[in-house]
Amino acid sequence: MTDAHPVLKVEGISKSFGALKASDNVSLDLRPGEIHALIGPNGAGKSTLIKQISGSLRPDSGRIEVLGRDVTDLDTVARARLGLGRTFQISSLAMEFTVLQNVVLGALGARGRAFSFFRNVMKDKALLESAYRALERVGLQGEAQRRTADLSHGQRRQLEVAVALTLQPKLFLMDEPMAGLGASGSKALTGFLDQLRHEAPILLVEHDMDAVFALADRITVLVYGAVIATGTADEIRANAEVRRAYLGEEDAA
Amino acid sequence: MLTRETTLNIALAATLLAVPLLALAMDEIFIITLATKVAILALAGVGLNIALGIGGLVSLGHAAFFGIGGYAMGILAAHAQNYEPIMEVPFLIEGTNQMPIIWLIAIVASALAALVIGALSLRTSGVYFIMITLAFGQMLYYFAISWSAYGGEDGQSIWVRNEFPGLNTLDPIQFFLIAYVILCLVLVFSARLARSPFGLALAAARQTEERVMTVGLTPFHLRLVAFVISGAITGLAGALYADLNRFVSPTMLSWHTSGEIMVFVIIGGVGRLFGPLVGAAVFILLEHILGGFSEYWQIFLGLLLLLMVLFARGGLIGAIVGREVAHD
Repeated sequence: MTDAHPVLKVEGISKSFGALKASDNVSLDLRPGEIHALIGPNGAGKSTLIKQISGSLRPDSGRIEVLGRDVTDLDTVARARLGLGRTFQISSLAMEFTVLQNVVLGALGARGRAFSFFRNVMKDKALLESAYRALERVGLQGEAQRRTADLSHGQRRQLEVAVALTLQPKLFLMDEPMAGLGASGSKALTGFLDQLRHEAPILLVEHDMDAVFALADRITVLVYGAVIATGTADEIRANAEVRRAYLGEEDAA
Repeated sequence: MLTRETTLNIALAATLLAVPLLALAMDEIFIITLATKVAILALAGVGLNIALGIGGLVSLGHAAFFGIGGYAMGILAAHAQNYEPIMEVPFLIEGTNQMPIIWLIAIVASALAALVIGALSLRTSGVYFIMITLAFGQMLYYFAISWSAYGGEDGQSIWVRNEFPGLNTLDPIQFFLIAYVILCLVLVFSARLARSPFGLALAAARQTEERVMTVGLTPFHLRLVAFVISGAITGLAGALYADLNRFVSPTMLSWHTSGEIMVFVIIGGVGRLFGPLVGAAVFILLEHILGGFSEYWQIFLGLLLLLMVLFARGGLIGAIVGREVAHD
């Protein structure tokens, strides 16, 4: 893994909304096999950065590389096809679908051919196999036939991860997967992500500091749109500026 | 095992077949014509339901496709009956009075129109999409009014109904059966489409566009294909409708027609396979029964529509069989 090319490389991304600098010359990379956590206080520009990496927002300047390829000008669909698997902070699942239909949709996207008009998609063996495998991995196989709208908040987060798994991405972009999970749920997901990093590296935005410090190989701290520090968990803990800007703030709150 | 909705659907299809057969036995020819009208208008609604029900595309311009289908019939048949070719240079194109050819041309013409209209209007969404589809429909409406070669505002009549090999299309029950069989075939197609990979992706794009993009599919492409299929089916219905009346006029293209097709879908149940059939049947029945008492019968239609929208979002089908069960 030494000297490995980064799977994701963000170089000098800037994005402004009027006078607000949401991203201020941000650079970071994601190497094979690692979990790279992105933390920062509310309003630090984490979501804006994730949106630019996933392709739903265009940076004003800078460039983004996925697997050595410049994707700055590619849209969300093209980046997904290149292997970028994203989970959302605010669940974007199809609420009228069953749990199974949501994962089958992911498997269908991974196949890349949706223009088939006659076969019953819910009887497609290859799609179902991939879908059930993903559900089992997140522990939702028992909920396959339930309506997604009827799932608990935590189950929806699990389903978000399952849909991303069906894509067999080259890297994961996870926006607060632990939010609302509860202690046992977030512990289980922590264990799961710990294994998942060996399949594909994870850029993890997370507020749950226990999870971040347990999982992250490296941590990048974002404040007011700018990176104030990048390093291992220990380095970040020891960093005075980070303590002042972020961790201390949390303690005080 | 059949779901309640499937059972209801089979009963509805059987009723639509039984009524004109009974009417034939009782020599009530007019009722056969009404049933034919229901079948054809339901077909137009089934077309819209693919865009509106599955795709969530609120098109107020489907009259364009209905009218294009109608004019395809009117133009081809008018040239055939007058023995005038449609064009001679650079090559000869003649009219025809053969229904299968007319249908094919109606389908192709309305699909092409849907491709152009869809490619331009699907870049917008919400109210803008409604307005731009409406605008395209009205554009064609005013074009037809000024197109004097085919009757302009007065429309184009044909003297005899077009022909279908082996059948006497002027016999009301035979023409009904043509419309009925086409409706059934398209319903089967629509049911399969809804469960297909394409149907799943399209329904997902209606609910969560961002999710569909994130799994690597392009909502715009899905919607455009849905819009073309939807327009083609409504165009086929237009050709049949013009043949039923042996007349096509700009009215078929007016936004009134778009609204009526949408009303069929809403009354029956948006996204419900047989919703358009129930909606068209209720519409024609109300028009026929209440229209005899008062020319303001549409007040009752409006009332019904209001009740549907306020209290039964699944339309009449939803009110009878309840919420749609997610299919496995």
